[in-house]
Amino acid sequence: MKFGVVVFPGSNCDHDTHHALGALLRQPVEFIWHQSEDLAGCDAIILPGGFAYGDYLRTGAIARFSPVMRSVTKFAKSGGLVLGICNGFQVLLESGLLPGAVLRNAGLRFVCEHVYIRVEHADTAFTRAARPGQVLKIPIAHSDGNYFCDHATLRELERNGQILFRYVAPDGRDAPEWNPNGALANIAGIISREGNVAGLMPHPERAAESLLGSDDGLVILRSMVETLAGRERTPAVAERIPA
Amino acid sequence: MIATEIKVTPQVAAEHGLSADEYARVQKILGRDPNITELGIFSLMWSEHCSYKSSKVHLKRLPIKGPQVVQGPGENAGVVDIGGGWVAAFKIESHNHPSFVEPFQGAATGVGGILRDIFTMGARPIAVLDSLRFGPITEGAGATPEEVARNRRILDGVVRGIGFYGNCFGVPTVGGEVAFEPCYSANPLVNALALGVARRDELFFARARGEGNPVIYVGAKTGRDGIHGASLLASAEFTEESQQKRPNVQVGDPFLEKLLLEACLEAMHTGAVVAIQDMGAAGLTCSTCEMASRGATGIEIDLARVPQRETGMSPYEIMLSESQERMLLVAERGREEEVLRVFRKWELDAVVIGRVTSDGILRVLDHGRLAAEIPAHPLAEEGPVYSRPLAAPPRPAREESIVTFAPEGTDLTANLTKLLAAPAIASKRWIVQQYDHMVRTNTVVAPGAGDAALVRVKETGRGLALAVDGNGRWCHLDPRLGAMHAVAEAARNVACVGARPLAATNCLNFGNPEKPEIMWQFSQVIDGLSEACRALGVPITGGNVSFYNETLGRGIYPTPTVGVLGLLDDDSRALHMGFRASGDAILLLEGAGPATATPAASEMRREFSSSEYARTIHSLVAGSPPAMDLAAEKRLMEALAALAAERLLHSAHDLSDGGLAVALAESGFASFFATESLGADVALEGGEPAEWALFGERGARAIVTASQSALAAIRQFAAQYELGLRTLGTVAQGTFRIRFNGRDVVSSPVAALCASWTHSLERALAAR
Repeated sequence: MKFGVVVFPGSNCDHDTHHALGALLRQPVEFIWHQSEDLAGCDAIILPGGFAYGDYLRTGAIARFSPVMRSVTKFAKSGGLVLGICNGFQVLLESGLLPGAVLRNAGLRFVCEHVYIRVEHADTAFTRAARPGQVLKIPIAHSDGNYFCDHATLRELERNGQILFRYVAPDGRDAPEWNPNGALANIAGIISREGNVAGLMPHPERAAESLLGSDDGLVILRSMVETLAGRERTPAVAERIPA
Repeated sequence: MIATEIKVTPQVAAEHGLSADEYARVQKILGRDPNITELGIFSLMWSEHCSYKSSKVHLKRLPIKGPQVVQGPGENAGVVDIGGGWVAAFKIESHNHPSFVEPFQGAATGVGGILRDIFTMGARPIAVLDSLRFGPITEGAGATPEEVARNRRILDGVVRGIGFYGNCFGVPTVGGEVAFEPCYSANPLVNALALGVARRDELFFARARGEGNPVIYVGAKTGRDGIHGASLLASAEFTEESQQKRPNVQVGDPFLEKLLLEACLEAMHTGAVVAIQDMGAAGLTCSTCEMASRGATGIEIDLARVPQRETGMSPYEIMLSESQERMLLVAERGREEEVLRVFRKWELDAVVIGRVTSDGILRVLDHGRLAAEIPAHPLAEEGPVYSRPLAAPPRPAREESIVTFAPEGTDLTANLTKLLAAPAIASKRWIVQQYDHMVRTNTVVAPGAGDAALVRVKETGRGLALAVDGNGRWCHLDPRLGAMHAVAEAARNVACVGARPLAATNCLNFGNPEKPEIMWQFSQVIDGLSEACRALGVPITGGNVSFYNETLGRGIYPTPTVGVLGLLDDDSRALHMGFRASGDAILLLEGAGPATATPAASEMRREFSSSEYARTIHSLVAGSPPAMDLAAEKRLMEALAALAAERLLHSAHDLSDGGLAVALAESGFASFFATESLGADVALEGGEPAEWALFGERGARAIVTASQSALAAIRQFAAQYELGLRTLGTVAQGTFRIRFNGRDVVSSPVAALCASWTHSLERALAAR
């Protein structure tokens, strides 16, 4: 089992993601350069946060054309696990691997703070380690996280169970005042219909150690580890994951 | 375009800001008249901003040595040892004038500049802090409605600019401070501090060595932006025409700088880089002659090879441009391809533009034709040095008004509520949430969670604490004492997160040095900084001087800002300021010792007149700053570090703006572990006025909380460190109550106080 963290020019959460997977979860992980079309045999790909290509033109708009995205798209189409975090989510939206788009935050400012998100479906490749309805305290840091899609798409997302995380109050109830960026239907993250590609605005890798205020983000990364372990059918894997 | 053929006369030299004496010195160094390019180079290097010509004689008095110091002033940043084979590089710098002319780009490029200073040393930046000063953003605080509106616009632009740069670059902005005084309305201050870490044996210096080694230009192309930024913008007062200086402000591109960072660190790892310096203020001029001067060599470059953004730039313009995101490096001869390959990978321009020579000359060619030829060392190091006249300002003729204390038994709840909403004290959430303060996942103590920011070093498990402080109002009332407070408060803040203060960096913001009273302030401040840094064992490893902070002849308060770096041996022992649990004991630690005498009534009134309370409640700025006891400060700091190491405390917060009452309230608001704000139930006794007890700002004090079971051990520590220790009361749920000599003087639901504190700043700024 191996994780790949893509490095676009301007990615700045690549090291943090590598640290969470490698140093904390003790998983094999390597960086994949944006010019490379070789995914180095990775079993899961993470597009990290940052400002890929300076976010010029539009967030993720240039990154989607980079050579590595051709391979990531192929990988995703063949069922590979792909997670986009923040800027990585924006790249997935631009690439069409996930539906919808993000607009400028409703408050028109960059927002960096801890938010609360509720796991809407705990039976996916990215949430299987969570309890249904579990509330996770995870930070956000973005200017453009205001998720948007047309009405038909929203209905489809809801019908297919593709809304993976919603912004909620700390006690888990729906509360628009706890939505930090104006996202449609309080959407913080979504999953592809096939269930192997997901993206979210909050940063699970920043919520991986209680020393830094929360380790709730590990639930998402650990779910991916469990999913890959299940695919490999290696029964001993569960013990390798620190509690 | 400025043609190269312009004949240089004393008149032209004067237009470049060179005095007759300075011009004569140029002629003497060259043995001839300079051409226009050479004149431009001299005017830049000998500007106040680059040469420190007015401050040099005073800066010599600062303590700069210590066993922990790896690199003192004179390099791109100061460097100290932080153990485990690692070092920290840190420095603070001003970008005041550009931020007034164009707040967003001015602040953004201020951050960009200080970040380059750090990674030039081979250190990866891991934190940024900002010290900001603006005019009032609320009406009735000494500014006209037009000024208030403009101050809000400036604040908004500066905050956006800092966020824009740091967020994209990927360095967390972890803290800082902001204050508001009418004197900053026409001259805001933007001081940016950056911290980086490197392995001790992988540091880089800006010393060009090795005859024949190639000189490589990397990064952004050179344009016409920022020409004369350092010499005209930073080294002269503002007038009504200053808005026309906007073209002198540089434009920043944090994405490019992020690439430059990664490429530079990677290039350094090849082992083929000999020296490196960023092109900040004074651009290509400064980087070439300083690297040559420090390395006791010469440098020859050909401008034809410099990547250019526009066509037809003259040598004068290329040498003086302050285009951002550029670096100059010297590589080992024969290994340049290793370096160039790294920059190609990051899709950055990298071009060999010249070579190191042995003749000590900075030689600038343009398509092979000689454009400038100047001895590098005299240019960089032998600029004019002035011992400018000093004169203490005259004392006011009549006795100034000072506060009268409220009669005993007065309810002070309303005053506390108002004080908590004062912009200097109110929650800075509106500002800090526009900064990514978490990227790099090292931020253990985030903005607002502790007196200092604390970032861990993953490789060693240790923590680096940073605080930046400076009280212009106090320095205005007594520059020497005010400067001592800046050092003491920053160091105390570092101690309040559990760290031991290691070293300091300073940014000295002053008015026009040609005025004797300004130079007197400067000299006094240097004396105060020196004394405090010596006493507290924090040498100054670098910094920056910003003069000419005047508009239309009105100067700012003398405003030294001091950044103190501290070391915590185990990052898991960091202290936060927030109360942890109701029922915890609240204790006051006093460095002055167990038997602290109450000052005389007249002294109390004078001191209290300089407080934030006096300014907010009585609209008064008078009297003198609190008396300073450096030995007491040191005792308190050592005790706090020891208590943190023993994990005896649940929280720590020093007493500063707004005194004890504000410190208690803030600790409740900052509750780290509780979901809602906590309060306090406190009882005080004493013969002094209640206002003095609640809002007095004497230093060397901190409130700490602990579980009741830890009290006996804490008492032992207090005795061992000869501290005063008073049990004030307990952390409470829901209410905030202070009794004084048995009577309630403050009593309020926590929520009411918290609302006043939380929304004040955003309310003021939303009104834009």
